[in-house]
Amino acid sequence: MIAYIMCFVLFLVGLYGVITKRNLVKIAVSLSIMEISVFLFFALLGYIDGGVAPIVDPADPARVYVDPLPQALVLTAIVIGLATTSMLMAIIIRLYRKYGTFDIREIKNLRG
Amino acid sequence: MKGMTLIVKKTTQLMAGIVFMYGIYVIVHGHLTPGGGFAGGVIIAGSLILVTLAFGSDFLKLVKEEAGTTLIESFATLMFILIAVSGFFFGTRIFFNNFLPKGVVGHLISAGVLPLYNIFVGTEVAASIFIIFLSLIIFKEESAQ
Amino acid sequence: MEVAVSIITGLMILGALYAIHAKDLLSSVIACGIVGYSLVICFLLLKAPDLAIVQIVVDTITLIIMVAVVLDSSREELFLKPDTQGYVTTLTGVFLLAIFLYFFVISVQSLDILGKGSLRMAEQYINGAAQKTGSANLVTGVVFDFRGYDTMGEAVVLVTAVLGVLTILRIKGKK
Repeated sequence: MIAYIMCFVLFLVGLYGVITKRNLVKIAVSLSIMEISVFLFFALLGYIDGGVAPIVDPADPARVYVDPLPQALVLTAIVIGLATTSMLMAIIIRLYRKYGTFDIREIKNLRG
Repeated sequence: MKGMTLIVKKTTQLMAGIVFMYGIYVIVHGHLTPGGGFAGGVIIAGSLILVTLAFGSDFLKLVKEEAGTTLIESFATLMFILIAVSGFFFGTRIFFNNFLPKGVVGHLISAGVLPLYNIFVGTEVAASIFIIFLSLIIFKEESAQ
Repeated sequence: MEVAVSIITGLMILGALYAIHAKDLLSSVIACGIVGYSLVICFLLLKAPDLAIVQIVVDTITLIIMVAVVLDSSREELFLKPDTQGYVTTLTGVFLLAIFLYFFVISVQSLDILGKGSLRMAEQYINGAAQKTGSANLVTGVVFDFRGYDTMGEAVVLVTAVLGVLTILRIKGKK
């Protein structure tokens, strides 16, 4: 129980950063923290006490395995997370070259 | 882009090949040990990024490298979908059909088409991440000119 | 197990708080790296070696890209003088987070205790899966055989993200 709640507190810390910060790089960092907490939550859902990693050993098959489904979902999500974070950083550096600042309010004002 | 100092270059010469080989090992043994296409592809991309950062490269070479890597990525994605579609032509006619013989669990040549999926997904992931890195460097070089 | 994961998650929360409040953007990005590397230890404790291998390399590459972007532009945090709008934003944010936490604590009661229960689908994916797919690594079997459509969608999303980066970062058109 306490592990789930700590994991959600980590998510809330990232959400707090997204809501209150005005710096674009800080917002990107907060988004990646939120992503990490979701990965941890999925891995927690799949854990079973006394289980071993989901690799079948043909010599000794009768054992308890950890649930492989959340791991498979997270495996693809991690790589997508890298690609989307890179795309976010590309947009951020492009905005910095155009406006000369990371402040989102400044960028909104300059738009006119 | 300029390279780094002599110590970094020498260490990279010793390490980068081993990292690349480890990535290939993780991909090929993806159906037996922890790892698989995603993990191995990311490791291969890491070794390529290491070499590019340590030795540096000039602008024209980077652009050529980017064009080639784009081709490899598109080819790998196409092959992945082709293997999935080819399930229509063998055995039960469904998408993602495992039509090759399964073999013995635990042997290197087993699991039907899963090793082929692993190889092509690994190629695609490695190429994608390397393209993102290269395009950031090219943007930096181009705006410095 | 639960205690160990909770302690590491607490360290991750501290790292995340430092990453959000740091004055220097470079230290903020590196504190984000702390969170990612702690996640690797959590994955190893939760018996997920596949995820640990992927996460440790992906976090390194994310760090490289973020540091490159920060060093290429400005690394100083904005100077914010305290104003009414800032206070209102912070108060609203904290209020919202408290509401979220309250509802999460209510809804988490319906989940199984950590490590005791198992999802219904797990039985179908574990029993005899090695014979059905022929793969000793059950995660590979799920990714490419039972859930092939997910992986195909992932490949397409990856290609789309790369196309987006190439389009955004192009300065001159091709001659």
